[in-house]
Parts: sequence; C-alpha cells; structure tokens
Amino acid sequence: MDLFTIVFYFLAIITLGAGAVVVFSRNIIHAAFALLFAFFGVAGLYVLLMADFIAITQLMIYVGGILVLVLFGVMLTSQVLDVQMKSGTIQTFPAVLVVSALAGTLVGIFWSTPWKTTAAAPMEVTAAKIGEMLLTSYLLPFEIASVVLLAALIGAALIARREKNA
Amino acid sequence: MAQEFIQWLSHPGLNHFLIISGILFSFGIFAVLTRRNAILVLMGIELILNAANINFIAFSRYGTGTLDGQVIAIFVIILAAAEAAIALAIVLNIYQNFNTVNVDELNQLRD
Repeated sequence: MDLFTIVFYFLAIITLGAGAVVVFSRNIIHAAFALLFAFFGVAGLYVLLMADFIAITQLMIYVGGILVLVLFGVMLTSQVLDVQMKSGTIQTFPAVLVVSALAGTLVGIFWSTPWKTTAAAPMEVTAAKIGEMLLTSYLLPFEIASVVLLAALIGAALIARREKNA
Repeated sequence: MAQEFIQWLSHPGLNHFLIISGILFSFGIFAVLTRRNAILVLMGIELILNAANINFIAFSRYGTGTLDGQVIAIFVIILAAAEAAIALAIVLNIYQNFNTVNVDELNQLRD
C-alpha cells in the first residue's frame, strides 16, 4: 500500500459517496452540497492523473461557478420557508433495473478489456503545453467555444429576465 | 482468484479510474431518470459530464501519453458551464410561469 493507492481510494470513496448522496438524498439542499464534495473528489482524481491545470479549472468553474448557479436555482425555485424542500422520485423500479444493467455492463467492459497502456510519464507542468495546444492545433474549437459562451451569456440573461406579459 | 483480486485492488491503474467513472455515470443516469425536480436532473447531468471527463483524462494519462484528452476535457467543462447557465435560466422562467419545476407536471409549452 503506497501513498498513491491510499489517496486514490480516499478520493474514490469521497466521489462515489457524495455522488450517491446527490442521487439518493430526498433533500435538495443536501444533494446540492453533496455535489460540492463530488466535484472536489473528481478534482483530486485529476491531480492523481497529473492533470494539474484541469484540476484547478474544475475547482474554479464547477465549484466556483456551476455549483453556485445550481444553489441559486435551488433557492429561487423552492419554497424555502415552506416544509417542501423535499423532492420525490418517479419510475424508481424500472430505473433501478436499467441503471444496474448499464452499470454492470460498463464496469464489466472497463474491468475486462485489456487496454493498451503506455508507461506513465513523469509529472510535469501541463498548463504551458495546454495553452500552446489551444492556440495551435485546437484553435478553431477554442474560438468556437468563446462564441458559444458569449451566446450562452446573452441567451441566459434574456431568458431569465423576460417579463411575464411582455 | 481472491489473491489476484487483492493484488489488482492494491495497484490503481487505468481500469480503476474507468470503473469509478462508470459508476459515477450510472449515478448520473439514475438521477436524470428518477428525479422529479428539474434542478436535480441538472445535477445528474453534471455528474455524467464529470464521469466523461475522468475517462478523457485517464486515457490521456495512461493511454496516449499526450495532452489531447486534457484539452478536450477543458472543452467539456466550458460547454458544461454554458449548459448550466442556459438550463437554469430556462428553469427559472418555467418556475415563474408555472410555479413548479417538477418535470412530470410540466406538459405544456405555454400557459
């Protein structure tokens, strides 16, 4: 048992445990805060995979941006003063069947396929290389992503602010 | 067999990360299928996107040895941010119009 193994299982338990709370908790606020821990666990897994820049991006965008948005959504659409912070589920039994079949298939495939792997490269700083790739071989998707973000920004503001009988 | 399994467990590699992402993906699908509240459905979608990103980065680390997977993961994160903003705007608008965000009660496009 080396340090990598211990940290890996620690992060795996955090990620999957928090993911389970997100999915199975009946309280929306609990689910939203469990999502925080799931995102942290995934960021830790990125660090274990030597993806330092992605891990920081994950923390800044998911934890700092998307999670706050989701919390705003929860607060603005639930009767917080009411007792109704709970959310029911529908079609639980068929969903359990479908999802366990899906999970079994996926884990079986991931488990049994002899993936062609290369020897893990030593740790190095990835930010500079990623920046170079974004401005050379991935320039077109990068620019399109900026246009998509601009459109999403304007569209979200327009949709959320629309007057009821405008 | 048991010895082999313990041996496999104690050396995390590509398969371990892929299996975690597979389980996380299944959780996300389960949330999308069963939750009544639209915001919880969105949280399920975020879990699915995170699972996909773990796959990209695990293969980038163990499979190819290049950084292409990480660049694609950045694009996935960008699109997740755009998707969350738009989807929450739509959910807020639906809440103003129908006073509910339960996906099983929303069966008309306008009131």
